[in-house]
Amino acid sequence: MILLSIDLWFILGKAILIAAIIGLSFFIAMYTTYAERKVAAWLQDRRGPNRAGPFGIFQPLADGGKLFFKEEIIPLASNKILFILGPGLAMITALVTSTVIPWAAPFVTKGGSVIPMQVADVDMGILLVFSVVSVGVYGIMIGGWASNNKFSLMAAIRGASQMVSYELPMGLALIAVLFMTGSLQMSEIVRSQVENGWHIIYQPLGFIIFFVCALAECNRTPFDLPEAENELNFGYHQEYSSMKLGFYLFAEYINMFISSAVMATVYFGGYDIPFVDESTWGLSPFWMSMISFGVLMAKISFFLFVFLWIRWTIPRFRYDQLMNLGWKKLIPLALANMIISAAVMLLLKK
Amino acid sequence: MGITQILFWFLSVVALFSALMVITSKNPVYSVLWLIVTFFAISGHYILLNAQFLAIVNIIVYAGAIMVLFLFVIMLMNLNKETEPQKSRWLKMAGAVAGGCLLLVLVAALKDTDMKDQQALVNEGNIGLIKNLGKELFTTYVVPFEISSVLFLSAMVGAVVIGKKE
Repeated sequence: MILLSIDLWFILGKAILIAAIIGLSFFIAMYTTYAERKVAAWLQDRRGPNRAGPFGIFQPLADGGKLFFKEEIIPLASNKILFILGPGLAMITALVTSTVIPWAAPFVTKGGSVIPMQVADVDMGILLVFSVVSVGVYGIMIGGWASNNKFSLMAAIRGASQMVSYELPMGLALIAVLFMTGSLQMSEIVRSQVENGWHIIYQPLGFIIFFVCALAECNRTPFDLPEAENELNFGYHQEYSSMKLGFYLFAEYINMFISSAVMATVYFGGYDIPFVDESTWGLSPFWMSMISFGVLMAKISFFLFVFLWIRWTIPRFRYDQLMNLGWKKLIPLALANMIISAAVMLLLKK
Repeated sequence: MGITQILFWFLSVVALFSALMVITSKNPVYSVLWLIVTFFAISGHYILLNAQFLAIVNIIVYAGAIMVLFLFVIMLMNLNKETEPQKSRWLKMAGAVAGGCLLLVLVAALKDTDMKDQQALVNEGNIGLIKNLGKELFTTYVVPFEISSVLFLSAMVGAVVIGKKE
């Protein structure tokens, strides 16, 4: 099927994959909110949500419904277009990153053609993730500014400078990984880990730096100053109500999901099953893809749990502590990690 | 018309329209946002030429970092059209004349370049991929590359020195 010399089957296939991934992101984000409340309850010796359905399993649906039906308030003095654009941008940037993540082992059809379980296996893979992360600041800044509230604006600027600061050590930590793979392509990063072992073995320090930065980029505790309710006046979404507020909160959970996926892919072998060579099992390609997808999801779930675990264990940083940690500790540490990795690799090659 | 051509025309229209909006918007925040749209459209053009690294770096550096700083400054200074200083009419006319002269010089300079019979490599050129670009930068052009990195370092040191002054 070719129209205007466009291969429509290709576009249709990608559209289905994109729809599936977006649906999955929403589903996971929904149930992360549920998990957040359940984990908090366990850690605080409570029961957590248990009214809607068995074990409160329909709680996220109830929460979402409530947000949709709440009164929507747009402040009179706000900038209406940008006020609406802000949460939309936050959501879009949260979702776009998922395009380059290989979600499962490539699916080989009977005809021998390979269908990658990845929307775009571009040469720039991991850099694309970074570009989207760096653009992700706009959702916060535009929303905070358009609210026409100085507390929102201050919180938006606080959030933006936090995200800009923690991008740097994140990138520096990743460079050390890229030394080993020699490629920015996500599929290549996973393949090199399947062959040579996971990057976490070679780059434990790099992973810790990356993880701390991921916490900061997702505005999660201990770096959740942009939305510190009690001491900093609720943050950049102070004027938002109804589903616009929901979009901001939801985008945070999608960001958590995607950054867990990135960490699993870059440091923990992606869809690779540890300690075994699954290609010798003789499974059909369909089940191979399914199992590898399940393995990736298990790794992502573990990271999501760690995110929640940290939130209910560690108190919040002060803003100057946050900036000192980012600029004076993490960046030098990441630089040292990078230089030492480079030196070791050079020595081993000789 | 292939998809490359459709995308080319679409991106060109977006780039031109948003570039016009940058200079016609009254509110400086809108100008910055339209400029970001322009950068995205230009990055799309780079991708059509398979210059993927350039496209991504354009977004990271310009749309993601420099424009954020622009927004910071504009939002913190709370610029709006009432407080915007209006230049006198003579100055505006002088600006138009100067811009027209620059256009004339550019047209004169570009008129005789041999770009006419050189076709842009669409979708197939691979010098823009990071492997080839990195090899070129670190072998053929290593000296200019390092010199420009020194330039950046000095700019960074300068910024720190200015920032430290009370």
